[in-house]
Formats: sequence, C-alpha cells, structure tokens
Amino acid sequence: MKELLRKREFTLLVIIAFVLVLIVIRVPAFLEMENVLRIVNDTSILIMVSLGQLAIIVTGGIDLSVGSIIAFSGMAASMLNQYHPDISVFIVLLVGIGVGTGLGMFNALIIAFGKVPPIIATLGTLSVFRGFTFVLSKGQWVTAHEMTEKYMNLPHGHFLGLTNLIWFGIIVSLLMYGFMRYTRTGREVYAIGGNKTAALFVGVSEKKIQFVVYTLMGILAGLAGVMWTARFAAAVNETAIGFELQTVAACVLGGVSIAGGSGTVVGVVLGALFLGIITNALPVVKLSPFYQMGLQGVVVLGAMVVNSLSAKREEKRLLERRLD
Amino acid sequence: MAEYKKSLVDTSRLVRDRTTKSRIVDFITRWEFIIFALIVFEVIVFSNLTPYFLDTFNLLNTTFNFSEKAILALPMIFIILCGDIDISVAAIIALSSFTMGFAAAHGAGTGTLIIVGLLSGLAAGLFNGVFVAILGMPSIAVTLATQSIFRGIPQAILEDQAYTHYPEGFGYFGQGYIGNSMLPFEFFLFLVLAVITGFVIHKTTYGRKLYAIGNSATASKFSGIPVRRIRMINFALTGLFAGIAAILLTSRIGSTRPNIALGYELEAITLVVLGGVSITGGKGNIFGVILAVFLLGYLKFGMALLNMSAKIMIITTGALLIVAVLIPEFISIRKKKNKLKKQKKDENTEEVA
Amino acid sequence: MSQPMLRLEKISKYFPGIKALDDVHLVLHPGEVHALVGENGAGKSTLVKIITGVYQPTNGKIYYKGEELDFANALEAQKHGIAAIHQEASMFPELSVTENIFMGHHIKHRGRIDWKEMRNHTAALLERMDLNINPSTTVKNLSTAERHMVEIAKALSIDADLVIMDEPTSALSLREIEDLYKIIRQLKDAGKAVLFISHKFDEIFEICDKYTVFRDGKYIGEGPVEKSALDKIITMMVGRSLDQMFPKAEVKITDPILEVKNFTRTGYFKDISFTLRKGEILGFFGLVGAGRTEIMRALFGIDKASSGEVVFKGKQVAIHNPKTAMKLGIVYIPEDRHEQGAIQDMSITHNITLPVIDELSPLGITRKAAEQETVQKYGTLMEIKAASWDVALNTLSGGNQQKVVIAKWLATHPKVLIMDEPTKGIDVATKAAVHRFVSSMAEKGLAVILVSSELPEIEGMSDRIIVMHEGRVTAEYERGQVDSETIIRAATGNLKEQSA
Repeated sequence: MKELLRKREFTLLVIIAFVLVLIVIRVPAFLEMENVLRIVNDTSILIMVSLGQLAIIVTGGIDLSVGSIIAFSGMAASMLNQYHPDISVFIVLLVGIGVGTGLGMFNALIIAFGKVPPIIATLGTLSVFRGFTFVLSKGQWVTAHEMTEKYMNLPHGHFLGLTNLIWFGIIVSLLMYGFMRYTRTGREVYAIGGNKTAALFVGVSEKKIQFVVYTLMGILAGLAGVMWTARFAAAVNETAIGFELQTVAACVLGGVSIAGGSGTVVGVVLGALFLGIITNALPVVKLSPFYQMGLQGVVVLGAMVVNSLSAKREEKRLLERRLD
Repeated sequence: MAEYKKSLVDTSRLVRDRTTKSRIVDFITRWEFIIFALIVFEVIVFSNLTPYFLDTFNLLNTTFNFSEKAILALPMIFIILCGDIDISVAAIIALSSFTMGFAAAHGAGTGTLIIVGLLSGLAAGLFNGVFVAILGMPSIAVTLATQSIFRGIPQAILEDQAYTHYPEGFGYFGQGYIGNSMLPFEFFLFLVLAVITGFVIHKTTYGRKLYAIGNSATASKFSGIPVRRIRMINFALTGLFAGIAAILLTSRIGSTRPNIALGYELEAITLVVLGGVSITGGKGNIFGVILAVFLLGYLKFGMALLNMSAKIMIITTGALLIVAVLIPEFISIRKKKNKLKKQKKDENTEEVA
Repeated sequence: MSQPMLRLEKISKYFPGIKALDDVHLVLHPGEVHALVGENGAGKSTLVKIITGVYQPTNGKIYYKGEELDFANALEAQKHGIAAIHQEASMFPELSVTENIFMGHHIKHRGRIDWKEMRNHTAALLERMDLNINPSTTVKNLSTAERHMVEIAKALSIDADLVIMDEPTSALSLREIEDLYKIIRQLKDAGKAVLFISHKFDEIFEICDKYTVFRDGKYIGEGPVEKSALDKIITMMVGRSLDQMFPKAEVKITDPILEVKNFTRTGYFKDISFTLRKGEILGFFGLVGAGRTEIMRALFGIDKASSGEVVFKGKQVAIHNPKTAMKLGIVYIPEDRHEQGAIQDMSITHNITLPVIDELSPLGITRKAAEQETVQKYGTLMEIKAASWDVALNTLSGGNQQKVVIAKWLATHPKVLIMDEPTKGIDVATKAAVHRFVSSMAEKGLAVILVSSELPEIEGMSDRIIVMHEGRVTAEYERGQVDSETIIRAATGNLKEQSA
C-alpha cells in the first residue's frame, strides 16, 4: 500500500481528481460522458506522440522535431489524397506513416551514427522538415473540400461508440505498454538511460536503441500527422508548431525523468490527459485560449520542480535508513 | 629536474621531425580556417552571380538582418561553453518587447523604454538561472518550459493585437547609422559587444572558468570554482543581451506582436555551433563565432539577391547546424584512428630496432 | 591435460597515449580458480573487458573452449557463457533487482518477457546465496554490500562456464565473503572456470588454485598457489621487496591544527571525531563505502555535513564550499582523477593554475607570465614529465596526471593536505615518488590525511590509523601498534568477535 501511495502515477491521479472536482463544482456538466469523450478524443494525438517522446526521453535524449514531422507527413498524406482521391485511404494512411518513419529514421541516423547530440540534431531538423513542408506544399493549404470524405473519416468515424481516433490512441497506448514492458528492446531503452556503462557490459547497443526510439517516434508522428490533418480537415504549413513542448510536458507531468532511465507509459498517458483537461477547462473557467501557452509552461515548470524536490526527498529518506 | 629537461629535449626533436605537411594539414583542418575559406568561396560565387553583392552600402546595410541574432549569439557562447543551452532567448525578446510596448502605451519615453527592456530581459534570465543553477534542473527542459511562459505572457494579454506606437527617438537604435556614415548603429553595437565578449572569454579569469566548467563541472567544483554562481551569471547575461536585442528589433520594426523573433533561438545556437563551439561544452573561441555570423548573414543576403525563398533559407540554417556538428565528429574520429595507427606503427619499428 | 577453457595469446590493448596491455597471455582450465594478480594499473580490468567483449584487443588471439573467438560486443560473450562481475558499479539504480539480474538476457515466454518466471528465478538465486532481498525492490534502495551481492547473482544467473570476478570482495563483510567462497567452490565442483582478480593475498590463498601476475600491463609470471609462493608473487607484483616501498621519515609531530568533533552526514557517516596535528600523517582505512571519502568531501565543503564541529587552529570554522576550505589552507586531492581531480582536456598550465587563478590575475585579467612562473615552479618540483606545459592533460600517463593534480594543490600553499587513494591506478615508480612526496610534506610541517584501501600503504605511511566501518570509526591505532589482521577485522566490523 505504501509503495502504491509513493508511486508517481497515483499522485498524478489524485491531482487530476482534485482538479476535476474544482472544475465540476463550477460546471457540473464537465464530467458528462459526452464531454469526457471529447476530451479523450482531443488528447489522443498528444498521447500517441508523447509515448514516442517517452521512449526517447528515457534514453536521455529529446526530439524537438516532432511538430515538423507531423506537419510534413500530414501534408504529404493530404496532398496524396487531394491529387489522387481514388487511392484507398488506408494506403494514404500507410504513406503518411511511412513518410514520418523516413523522417524519424533521418533523425535516428544522425543521432545514432553521426553522434550529433539529440537536442542539436532535432533542433536542426525542426527547421529542415518544416522548410520542406513549405517546399512540398508550395505554400498552399489542403482544405476540407479538397479532401475526400473517407480521409476525414479516418479519425472521425465511430466504432463501438468511440471515435476511431480514440481507438488509435488506445491501440498505440497498449502497444507502447507492451513494447516498453514486455520486450527486450523496450527494457534496453531503460538500460541505456539508466547506466550507459552497465548497459554496455550486458551487451546493449546504444546505437541500436537510439535508432529504434527515434524511428519509432517517426512512425507515431507520421500517424499523428495523418490524424491531425484529417481531424481538422486542413493541412497547413504551420501544423503542430510548438507541439514538441506539449509532448515533453506530458512526459514531465507523467513523472518521466528528463535525465533518462525512468518513466512509464501509464504516467505519460495520465500526464497527457491532465494537459487535455486543463486545455478543455480554459473556456469553462472563462479564460481565453491565448492563455494556453503560458499556462502550459507554468504547469511543466511546476511539475519539474515537484519532480526534482521529490527526488531529493526520496534520496534523503533512503539515506536516513541506510546507517541506522 | 634533470629528467624534465631531458624529456623536453627528446620531444622537441620529435616535434621538429613532424613533417611540414602534417602541420599544414592541421592548420587547414582548423575550424576557423574552414569557415573563412567558405566565406571567400561564398563571396566569389555571389559576386559572379549578381553585381549587387559586392557593394559597400549593400554589404553594410544587410547587417540589419542579422545584427540582433548575432548579439544573441554572444552570451550564448558563455552558456554553451559551460555545457548548458538556452532555448528561451527568442521568447525573452518577445517578453521584453512586450513590456516596452506596454510602457510606451502608457506614455514612457525612450530612456524609460531602454531601462524597461533591459530589466525585463535580465529578470527573465535570472528566472532561468534560478531553476538551472540553483535548483540544478537540466537547462534544456527548463528553458523549453520558460520559453512558453515568457511568450505566453504577451500572448495572453495582447492576444492577436499589437503595440505599434513608440516614441520618436526610439527608432534610432534599430534603424539609425553612426553619425553620417553608412555604418548601422546595430552592427556597430554588435562589433563593440563582440570585442568585449571576446576579451572576457579569452583574457579573463571568468573566461577560464567557463572552459573549466564546460570540460568538467565536477572537477571545477573540486578546484574551488563557484560553478553555480557562474552558470547563474551566464543565464542572467543571456537575458540581458536578449533585452538588448529586443530593443533593437522592436525599434527596427516598430511594433510588438506575441510572435516577434520567432525562431531566433535556433539561429543564435546555429551561429555558436557553426562557429566551432562544442555543444558539449569546453571548446571553442570567439573568432569562429564572428566568422559564422558573416558566413550565414551573407549567405542569406546572397540568396535573397538571387530571389530564393525564405523557406530555402530555413532549411539551410537547420542543415548547417547539423553539418556543423557532424563534420568535427568525423574529423575527431579520423584523428583518433590515425593516432592509434601511428602508435601501432611506432610499436613495430621499436621492435625492429 | 584437459582442453583449456580459455587461452589468451599475445593480447595487447592500446588507448591513445597508453599501452594498457602489452603482449600478455593467460591459460585457464575447467574446474580451476585462477587468480589474476597485480597492483592497480597492472591492466587486470582492461583484460576483463577484453574477455567479456566490452573492448576489442588491438592485437592477439582469444581461444575459448578451443575455438578462436572475436566478440564484437558483451552480449556475444554472454551468449557463449562468459559472465563477469565488473569492478565498476554496473547496476541500473532505477530498475528492480530482478531486472538488473536479467538485463541483456530476459526470459521470454511466447515472445514476451515473462516477469513472473524471472522473479521466481531471482528469488531462488538469492536464496541460494543466503540473501534476504526482495526481487522486486528497486536497486537504489539497496546498501552497497547488497548491491555487490546482486552483482554476483547477476553473473551466476546466466549459468556461465567461465565466471570472471573483478575485485568482488571490496565492499563485502566477512560473512558475505564466506558466502562468496561457498559459491566459488560450487562453481569449481561443477567444472566451471573462475578468473578471480584481487590483490588481497588472504583471499587468493583461501580460494585459488593457480595465479598469473601482471605488472604495468605486462605478463610477469604464473604458478600454482601454495604456501611457499607468497614471496614470489609479491616480488613479481611490485618488482621489489615490500620494505623498500615506504620511505616514511621520522617527523616531530607538533600542535593540533584540525579538530573534528561529532561530524555527521546523514546516511554517510556518523559521530566522527579526530584530531590532526602538524607533521602528522593520519591514515584512514576501511572498505569501499565505509564513508571515508564522504568525510573528506564534507571537510572540503563539497557536501554539507548534517551536524558536528570543525575546529581549525583553535577556532571553530564553517566550511560551506571548497573556496572557504582553500582559504583556510585545507585542500583535498580526490580519488577520481578523471572526473574530479583534473580537467582532462585542459593544458597542464591551466590545470595547475586553476585553484589560484584569481590570485594570479589582478583585476580578473589573466597574466601568462605569472601562470608560467607558477607552473614552472610546481611542475618542476613534482618532476612532471611532458613535452611542454601546454599539452593537454589527457596526453600524459596516469602517474604524471596525478603529479599535476598534486602540483595544482601545492600552488595554493596548503596547511592540511587530504589525499584520497593518491596512488590508485598509477605505476610503481610514480607510486614511490608520491610516497616520498607525502613524507617530505609532513617533514615540512604539513598535516596530511591519507585515505587508502591498500593496507600496506596505510601501515607503511601513517603515524596513526583510523579504521572505519559503515560510516563509523571502529578503531584508532598508533603506528605499528597492531598487526594487519586486527586492522582488517576492525574494517569489516568484526573486532568484537576476536576479543570474545
């Protein structure tokens, strides 16, 4: 029981419940099924991409280029749909994912084999990929009436009462949970971030792991790109600008250590949902959406301070037990 | 003592034995030389492609397009030398520009605006410093969060509006020239600040400590260097310089929107890394960065003269940033391999002898 | 004779500027416990990394079970049944004991990791080793000794034919060492081969069948372990007999300079009190993790002590940071030269002047002449060998690096010199030079604290010896007052057993 109470996920759950109570006191309708599903739907893309960011941050890296990967792959898929409306949307979806995978693999190559620090590599590709989005689109948008109904239905369609987008979110979460917990490669991600030397001693290859996580991020961001453009029925050049911060925010809120080595899928999903609740609650508590950016920064910074203080307290607790 | 002298003699012979060729190779693989050669190449190419490139007025006037970013790059050298990074600099510009716009809207004069701009930059820098230097949190995560706070404030208040009214004399800083010359004030200020920065980095104890911390913060601490204080000062200085850049930029474009200076952090970091400062800290010098300012600044100028799109320039900047880190990595791997090979060779000749 | 389990032929390993291993060989048979003996810096750990595939040799051949092998990485070596207990902490602190043991070879069932099975295996393994540890505990919650035992369990978990143990006992108590011997005997009876690396003779004579000696990266000799071999091994190890090694001069010990009272840092050390006098060399002995380094760090202002007093020259002082300590004249030469003692990529000059750079630079502007003068003086005094004072530190040998670190602190004119494992990982010649130097400093009236895990060094150099165990002082002896065995008993917390 004590173990459970100390768990990061539990704390986050309590905070979410507390915030929800505060909101519900003002607006009882907030917790109605319809609204809850809307929030989950709104957050699904964030959940998928944040889980990619989770794997990367656990290795001790970071991917700042996700927003640009989303924009490029979303644009590529939308344009394919626009110019060849007869091509099956599943092919279009696969192409979008494939494009994202390619971009992720590019990051993976320069980080794993070129030894470029992740922050620099992805800061660079952030603008390279975004620039290529403009080049690809020639500055044009793909708007709702240029997309096929089927394309836009990719996220909007329903299955068993939930939107496809929510299903995508659930499937990605389950797959990531399985990957991070039940595969060797997934566990080796933790090994690299926890102690690089020790990982080397047991034969874990840093290059391989780095290659896997950045490529994985490409796959997820590619999927997110298709979902994003189809959901908002628009592929613009500015799609998902600044989204990298939100993914890092979800991770930090979910208790992922920025230094690497620890973090869980459950924590990140909760962290992303928490951000989704706050964003959705803004209009409810009569704050303009322009507050979102600043508020998000405050929440992330606050979460980091809490993480770092609780880590220090934990260390102290361990030390006090040690000699007596 | 005798032993020491003997060893000196031994090795000096070794040094003389080294071929002139290898010394030349060492020199031309020096990063600053490579950048300088690239600048020469760039000048030759562009001056052949367009007659407007090699024109004193044009060359000086285009500095308006890069002086603010170049000024941001200067304190970024301190930060990166120490192994930190600050990606909130552009957001600090937005915040400073916003506070100045706010003050101007309430009737403040030029003098007050300058003070407001500098102080809000400094305050933002100190805010970063508290989390990074005092609380010991990673600079990348902290500045990623604070950038959205700093830019979030003007966004929450201005929404989609803008401040556009500034007092009469305020325009000088970003638009004026030194006396009757063709030298823009902005560019002049950059040169002055660059000289000061270079002096601090290469000739003062503060600079020495930057290198020490960047190479090993732990060993520096064990040598009595106040690591926290120096990192704190670095972030404060970066905030202050971002305040200066905010004054220049706001004065130049005469308006403040929440998205002002978007992406400037990328350019400032690119200049520093392109200038040969190691992103992991401890290596680099001011000359490389100043050369990088000209290389990138005139590259964009030339491309603009040739009517290339702004997007191509964004791609170029990003690609340069990556390439600038990739190349030294390859050089150092090569050098290490050669060294081991040589050691092995020495070994064999020793055995023969 | 049976086929050797492992045969190394003409193995060399070079790092830039250093020959870590030079043409060494080694033969190991099944059912044999083979001691690899040598001082720190002899190349033992490098050899372990080569056998386990962490490093690739520059030259030479490895035969394992008769086949020539060339492991590209550690995993391949593991798959072939080679397990190692590395000297460096190779744990994942954020992960569970189970996972630490199975990292790299997780048990899978139908394509997914079988956590339950792994936990059961771990529980069985820990029980076999008489360890009362919950397999699900996060490793950061374990004590140093427990971590070491988990490390050993990890090596046993892969059912290896060749087990390499690199200084496995350095943090263990006597009871745990007994458990380890039991495990080694089990391995031997099962026909496995054990490569046991240690420089503690009692252990070698207790458990090993054969020995091979390395010195300064070279093969020196081998033979069966028998009572008469001791002198031979020692001579091979050090290249000279023991009594020449410690040039400790008789020095008149005068007034107290540093008094420490009830010094405590929660979790690291408790109620430490001692007095240090001018001209005295005070030795601190204990196992790894006994809290000696932590006391010194707190005295130097790196960490904050929780309670207690420090009295310097009769006045109570508060040392909040290294600068304060330096101003008083207390300096600390840390154990870890690479991470703490010096800055590898900076020049000799810049390293030596780093602590005094403010004093050498009026108005904060550096002066080359003043720096050169300082370096010339102290560099020459320490007999540093280098092409010039401007070469980077990492081009020097370990011994010369250590001389630079000492020179750097001499430049601050210290009154109290704290040295933490000052001869770890340096060659024998430099070691002697460091010992001579320590002695001469004491002659000049400095007070020296010598922290060392090498008992001969402590016994040979100290006027007085403080012995620590698990964060507390367990004994204090005058020079030559007791024998080595008593000191070791005090360091392993077994002093009372003996008297009882």
